[in-house]
Amino acid sequence: MTYSEIVLDLINNDDRYMIMTSENRAAFRNLPPLIKNNFVDTGITEQTMIGMAAGLALRGRVPIVHALATFLTMRAFEFIRTDIGIANLPVKIVGAVPGFLSDGNGPTHQAIEDVSIMRGIPNVNVFCPADEDDMLKGLKKVIQYPSAFYIRYNMTKPVVEHSEFEVGKAEVFGDGKDVAILVYGFLFNEAYKAKETLESKGISVRLINIRTPKPIDEETILKAARECKLIVTLEDHFITGGLYSILAEVLLRNNKTANVLPFAFMNKWFKPGLLNDVLEYEGFTAEQISKKIIQRLAGS
Amino acid sequence: MTKEKLRELQKTALTVREHIIRMSGNGGCFIGASLSCTDLIVYLYKEFLNVSLQNLNDPNRDYFFLSKGHDVPALYGIYVELGWLEKERLKNHLKTNDFIYWHPNRNIPGIEFHSGSLGHNLSVACGVALDCKLRNQKNKVVVVVGDGELNEGSMWEALLVAAAYKLDNLLVVVDRNQFQANMQTEDLIPLKPLDKKFEAFNCKVETVDGHNFESLDKVFSKFPFEKEKVSVIIAETVRGKGLPSIEKRADRWFVNFIDEEIEQLLKELHGEAKAHLTSETIVAR
Repeated sequence: MTYSEIVLDLINNDDRYMIMTSENRAAFRNLPPLIKNNFVDTGITEQTMIGMAAGLALRGRVPIVHALATFLTMRAFEFIRTDIGIANLPVKIVGAVPGFLSDGNGPTHQAIEDVSIMRGIPNVNVFCPADEDDMLKGLKKVIQYPSAFYIRYNMTKPVVEHSEFEVGKAEVFGDGKDVAILVYGFLFNEAYKAKETLESKGISVRLINIRTPKPIDEETILKAARECKLIVTLEDHFITGGLYSILAEVLLRNNKTANVLPFAFMNKWFKPGLLNDVLEYEGFTAEQISKKIIQRLAGS
Repeated sequence: MTKEKLRELQKTALTVREHIIRMSGNGGCFIGASLSCTDLIVYLYKEFLNVSLQNLNDPNRDYFFLSKGHDVPALYGIYVELGWLEKERLKNHLKTNDFIYWHPNRNIPGIEFHSGSLGHNLSVACGVALDCKLRNQKNKVVVVVGDGELNEGSMWEALLVAAAYKLDNLLVVVDRNQFQANMQTEDLIPLKPLDKKFEAFNCKVETVDGHNFESLDKVFSKFPFEKEKVSVIIAETVRGKGLPSIEKRADRWFVNFIDEEIEQLLKELHGEAKAHLTSETIVAR
């Protein structure tokens, strides 16, 4: 099933679900005529859309709202925090082209603090699917989950078939003990390829797909920290508030430390361009990641 | 409106004002805005809205949003008079063992949604109004907004969307007391001509004396003013209404009076001598 089909199926079976957008229809172009009364386009008005979503939720609806991730999570931040967070309403907030996926748009469109600010809001959880398969496996469960959720929309072609999805559970590939790579979202594919490269060089790898940075799967992270020589965090996000911070919080909360190599944006926006070129320029290809991990393991 | 009804509303408004004045000590409250919208809120709950603690789960009931938030003492006051809130609980104002503080919140039964951050409740009300329309229900959705609040871009953004969705079940009431926090609106960010601004956003606008129950009754009973249009009532009010010693004063936005001053203000409310106020005024907060 596609994104559209999953949502259509939910709406057809339950009138509470509604699609809202502030003029971003990429994920469901075919849907509006099929769901008439369950579709609301508010125009380029992220704040009003979130306020209205809260109003609809007060009436028992479950709005699934869409806009570009930057404008949705930042222009409307205080509306999400105040109208959705404080009221604890089950609105689903879908951010398009997050992280590297904004490729050629430039820094105005780079949602690379979204995970940090969304997870900081009480009652709002965060789902960062690795690719299309991961997103579609989790979508229904996340939409039906009783809390609000921020969803980092990601239609990247999968390189692997994902396992069953469960909110708050990471997906683990392998049980390597040399290095554990923690990743969420779009960079999963690079991490997967890096795992193969490293294993071909005799390095044992455990790849951990952090499907929901919130609620976080603390147990899986602590196990990796206990068993692996090196922990890598890999994210298309500022170093502040994302996976690196989450790891630090988990370790600190449990009186632990670890040998950590972070891949993130260090206090800067990334160079805009064609996606593959951007990855290369910023040092986030599988090859570049593997190389840095090997260097780190050799040096540590 | 019968003379009896008029007297009853005036009596209730006077009592609500007493509650507000009593909340203006021991930490204080935003007294100016609370007193300017008191008559509006009394009229809405006593005469206009089909909402009660008994019908909160009825999908056909009306909805009321107090968007400007600061004036929540007026809401607490009317809830006491409606029997929704025990009078004793007003003594819990600003106490951590209750939920009676400077802004509305949903822990107080009857309060539809929290406010305090300006420019939010209009869009929330639009969502409720849209849902009522989608379900072919006849609910009225009323939002009281501040004139200062109209500085917020999100208010006008929400009006654009409300007009696009032809939300004629939505009634926006402006408590036009001419003041924002520290300044007269026209001295800071002028709003005039306010009616024309709303009309330009495709709303149908009426202007009324916000302290005259008979006038309020005439205007509100015309709602909805026009099919497929948002109705707007500009209620001309006086900040601090009922207390000449603080009326229309920029420096009596937020107050924290001592007991003696409160006693004097209660007398002033009933037409006795003007209060002698010595407590420091809080201009900016």
